[in-house]
Amino acid sequence: MKQISRWFQRNLIRIYAVFAFTYLFIPVAYTFVFSFNDSGKSNLIWKGFTLSNWQNPCGAPEVCTALGNSIKIGFLATLFSTILGTMIAFALGRYHFKGRSTTNLLIFLPMATPEIVLGASLLSLFLVFQINPGFWPTVIAHVLFCISFVVVTVKARIASLDPRLEQAAMDLYANERETFRRVTLPLVAPGIAAAALLAFSLSFDDFIITNFNSGTMTTFPKFVYTSAARGIPAQANVIGSAMFFLALAIVIIGQFVGRKRKVS
Amino acid sequence: MRKISTPYLLLIPGMGFLFTFFLIPIFNLAQTSTQTAAGDTGLYEQTLRFQNYIDAFVENKEQFGRSFLYASIATVLALLIAYPLAYAIAFKGGKYKNVMLVLVVAPFFTSFLLRTVAWKQILGEEGFVVPTLRTLNIIAESTTLTSSAFAVVAGMTYNFLPFMTLPLYASIDRIDPRTLEASGDLYANGFTTFRKVTLPLSMPGVVAGTLLTFIPAAGDYVNAAILGSPTTKMIGNVIESRYFKIVDYPTAAALSFTLMAAILILVTVYVRKAGTEELV
Repeated sequence: MKQISRWFQRNLIRIYAVFAFTYLFIPVAYTFVFSFNDSGKSNLIWKGFTLSNWQNPCGAPEVCTALGNSIKIGFLATLFSTILGTMIAFALGRYHFKGRSTTNLLIFLPMATPEIVLGASLLSLFLVFQINPGFWPTVIAHVLFCISFVVVTVKARIASLDPRLEQAAMDLYANERETFRRVTLPLVAPGIAAAALLAFSLSFDDFIITNFNSGTMTTFPKFVYTSAARGIPAQANVIGSAMFFLALAIVIIGQFVGRKRKVS
Repeated sequence: MRKISTPYLLLIPGMGFLFTFFLIPIFNLAQTSTQTAAGDTGLYEQTLRFQNYIDAFVENKEQFGRSFLYASIATVLALLIAYPLAYAIAFKGGKYKNVMLVLVVAPFFTSFLLRTVAWKQILGEEGFVVPTLRTLNIIAESTTLTSSAFAVVAGMTYNFLPFMTLPLYASIDRIDPRTLEASGDLYANGFTTFRKVTLPLSMPGVVAGTLLTFIPAAGDYVNAAILGSPTTKMIGNVIESRYFKIVDYPTAAALSFTLMAAILILVTVYVRKAGTEELV
């Protein structure tokens, strides 16, 4: 008895972690299970097991159009925000210049502004210039909220670099450009990759800003939100679950490649 | 020697973007907030009517109060849930640290709306939780879990948990375990060590995590829309409906601006108090 209670005490925090992860994954598991529901129109009650939703993920009207838009927007927003954000991160992480604190403030402010205010203010700008909400306004909105997160992520990576590595390259007669290309950039690359992954997942999952700036165009989160009232088709669960496993696979492969490179 | 112009060349595109699509819109929002409707034309004219702010606030003070109350409770709950989890990953994770970190972020990839709707169904009438609790007589026959303040706060706590866990982990992981051993050697018990060593050293993570949770939670309207009822409306719901249902841009702008200002003031005071200036 004493032994059991001692084991319990020693592993309390581990047991807690198991519970916390269970809590995090309950709705994910629920979404996955209900992707196999033979549900018909409303996916509320379990009616029986079927594979047909997975065989025909575009079966529900509009769901694949919405997904396609989300992927396109996510890709473009990731590309632009990663480029712009990485440039800012290098300026902040590598140089001392006038206006540094103003720059820091301008990076911090969009993160401290609630999404609804970002979305609403951007919409009113578009309305003033009579630009109709839609695809490109949404891309711009996504780049806007992704930039700050990219800057913070890449800057942290730059700050953690050992400056002696660059000095060593210079000592070996590499010029500034070569040092950057062959030493600095490869060392910062994992930070840039992490930032891009973060930007894509923020963009792909965004609802509030998108809702303000997308007009009649649907995205995947918008599709889920608007169909929540009348029942979400099981195909949406299929897509949600597939994205989950796909992202998990990318991260695991990324880890594996990273470890291999470290060894060699 | 590095050229002086290099940092500015690196900054121009990104800063130009933020200037055009962040600062100008915010400025424009401020302008809209003092306008009034010009007759029945559907247009607005600048009348510098600051009364808009007072009207908007008085009319919606309940929703403002609710937003800050719900967001505060959700932030505290998320901190209480996430801290031990981050601690477990940092100190007990061992070689599974990275796997556990991925698991914290993994739920993100199933759309957060799908997960919120999943909670609604799990906690709803047709789910398995409510009938079980009723059979066990833990809740009364007439009690429901969804369409309540409880569900909204629970939904926010759940949805923002990864935002809390990651910065907490980042700063707990940086703590040298030897400082904890030293504290033990000096006869501090577990609780004292936590209070005097672990917690102060992890403060940057606590500050970053609470901000990353509180700010989006205060402006959120999705949880309230899916898990709440008309009596749990938050300020986000009001702003959204002022933009899309009752087209009233000045009021919506005044409300947005008030929300932003309130959050900025709270954040500044909080960051000063917590003493972590260099956040970004």
